[in-house]
Amino acid sequence: MTVESTAARTSRRSAGSKAGATGTKAAGTRRRTGAKKGADPELVQLLTPEGERVKNAEYDKYVAGITADELRGLYRDMVLTRRFDAEATALQRQGELGLWASLLGQEAAQIGSGRATREDDYVFPTYREHGVAWCRGVDPTNLLGMFRGVNNGGWDPNGNNFHLYTIVIGSQALHATGYAMGVAKDGADSAVVAYFGDGASSQGDVAEAFTFSAVYNAPVVFFCQNNQWAISEPTEKQMRVPLYQRAAGFGFPGVRVDGNDVLACLAVTKWALERARNGEGPTLVEAFTYRMGAHTTSDDPTRYRGDEERLAWEAKDPILRLRRHLEAANHADEGFFAELETESEALGRRVREAVRAMPDPDLFAIFENVYADGHALVDEERAQFAAYQASFADAEGV
Amino acid sequence: MAAEKMALAKAINESLRRALDNDPKVLIMGEDVGKLGGVFRVTDGLQKDFGESRVIDTPLAESGIVGTAIGLALRGYRPVVEIQFDGFVFPAYDQIVTQLAKMHARSLGKVKLPVVVRIPYGGGIGAVEHHSESPEALFAHVAGLKIVSPSNASDAYWMMQQAIQSDDPVIYFEPKRRYWDKAEVDTEAIPAPLHKAQVVREGTDLTLAAYGPMVKLCQEVAAAAAEEGKSLEVLDLRSVSPIDFDAIQASVERTRRLVVVHEAPVFFGSGAEIAARITERCFYHLEAPVLRVGGYHAPYPPARLEESYLPDLDRVLDAVDRSLAY
Ligand SMILES: Cc1ncc(C[n+]2csc(CCOP(=O)(O)OP(=O)(O)O)c2C)c(N)n1
Repeated sequence: MTVESTAARTSRRSAGSKAGATGTKAAGTRRRTGAKKGADPELVQLLTPEGERVKNAEYDKYVAGITADELRGLYRDMVLTRRFDAEATALQRQGELGLWASLLGQEAAQIGSGRATREDDYVFPTYREHGVAWCRGVDPTNLLGMFRGVNNGGWDPNGNNFHLYTIVIGSQALHATGYAMGVAKDGADSAVVAYFGDGASSQGDVAEAFTFSAVYNAPVVFFCQNNQWAISEPTEKQMRVPLYQRAAGFGFPGVRVDGNDVLACLAVTKWALERARNGEGPTLVEAFTYRMGAHTTSDDPTRYRGDEERLAWEAKDPILRLRRHLEAANHADEGFFAELETESEALGRRVREAVRAMPDPDLFAIFENVYADGHALVDEERAQFAAYQASFADAEGV
Repeated sequence: MAAEKMALAKAINESLRRALDNDPKVLIMGEDVGKLGGVFRVTDGLQKDFGESRVIDTPLAESGIVGTAIGLALRGYRPVVEIQFDGFVFPAYDQIVTQLAKMHARSLGKVKLPVVVRIPYGGGIGAVEHHSESPEALFAHVAGLKIVSPSNASDAYWMMQQAIQSDDPVIYFEPKRRYWDKAEVDTEAIPAPLHKAQVVREGTDLTLAAYGPMVKLCQEVAAAAAEEGKSLEVLDLRSVSPIDFDAIQASVERTRRLVVVHEAPVFFGSGAEIAARITERCFYHLEAPVLRVGGYHAPYPPARLEESYLPDLDRVLDAVDRSLAY
């Protein structure tokens, strides 16, 4: 299939999805195409894997004014996020982190959607949204504390309107919905984004979040990164219809976007956020992408998937794709890439040094912040703990 | 030769294999239990040998896992479900507490729910949050559930056989930090009854009662105390609901002192129940109040603090000294 014909089909199909969005035609009534993974004509795409810009009648307008500078910015975001991620993986291998959940391959989904958010929007991540955190201005070294085991969070969620990572799958979809309900009650025009995975969409909490957000018309965007796997289980073990179509049953639109296409992710998320701001309620965005690495550093993907799949997805690499586009459009020269390489090295160094310098927490942190108003039992146990610790000092003759 | 040295995780694997072999109604269900063999490899190779209809990879939904296991049990199956980590059982808690635990009573005994819920639990492996908790008391408080926790490979093997054969729902807490500890497993032995405690070390000065991951620690404590001339008895409770109070009483009547050790928070924990009952039963035998060693009333801390949070040799020895000082 030529690029042109893909583009034409994409735009016709997504016109249908927009109709669903405005309520004239539910997304789920569209025919199942039976298309194979990655070749779904319903995938919104603005940049082909070769980096060619394809037209899309529905979503072009959301990136129409994008400048070369902004495109380079997206590229920079993705490169630095990948670099940060690679550094964290290396640090785990060196024993500096207990665990790491890599985002390798998902940079476009995260940077595209993250850059679509406004400062006053609020984001609820899972545990792999390092690229979104980057877009929200969270210092990446803050993300590493919980993986190093020095804290169970590590940043002030209100500092950048970026909530703490949530490990219990799907829980945060409800928090995001509730937060969005609050935004609507306040009459604000900001919006909320909830991130979760394809596996998470099987959880009751996610279904309940869909229910509440639809019933209360909450200004929330559910951004599901379908990276094809929930640890060892492929998406087919979670659901039998394309994930984005599930929104229809709850009464709001769902769209599948090429999750390796940063421009498409940016455009579709902007559209969904605009809907939220306009009081049109929730949207489900399914970013169709791929987890190129292991689920976490504890996982061994060779037990459940072969290399061919990964190789096929490597050809759709989000970073390579934008680079090709930048080069073809003469938007970036060698100098830009060289400078970025230097910046990337510096980031790696900074992260490495910051992690190694991260102090172990104070022992008494166990008892800190258990309650906002204090609690007699905690006080009692803290005192016992102090006496116990002091007994070692005594024993050592201090 | 029926006896073989194997790791605790492997013993559970062998036990599940035997159950699948013996009874076509036995099913394994859970997240990643198939090709991956579970994140701890406890179900390794079972799907390969028994097929996808007996060893079932489930959608990522714990309420769904337990809820459908209930339905399968109603239809005559004996599901053994895996909850991937302790902290992820709570989406299923509603099904376990409001349905699994009560259906037998509600049906006037007509319905039996032979469901085993396997939960790797406890800390000491340096994991991120929700991967190290000890929620056994939250289940023990619920009538209708049986709760066990093996401390060694042999018990892991046999208690799994017995749990699967039980017509009651059994919550089977697996001490994940002991998964790799090896012990002799005699697959032709006659096992002890599921809910009976066992004296794993005899002693005369004080009883240490524990289950699951803390049994090994208590054995180390007893060995250390022996060097100081103290004779500690170590009781492996094996079962948290019911608790073998007769065995604890018998031991305490000999030693006159009791220290209960568990990883879970002390406040409203199983140690509290044991202390209360043993005080009632052994009031005139006790030379000291029953003491408890366990976690604090605080969220499970990040990995770098868990050594300070979890009971260790010194903290238990400290409690032993306090008890002996009365
Ligand atoms: C309630 C709950 N159950 C199980 C787990 C263990 N677990 C962690 S990640 C994961 C797979 C998640 O897959 P998906 O939602 O697709 O997100 P991905 O990690 O692929 O981004 C599982 C089963 C968990 N964290 N929470």
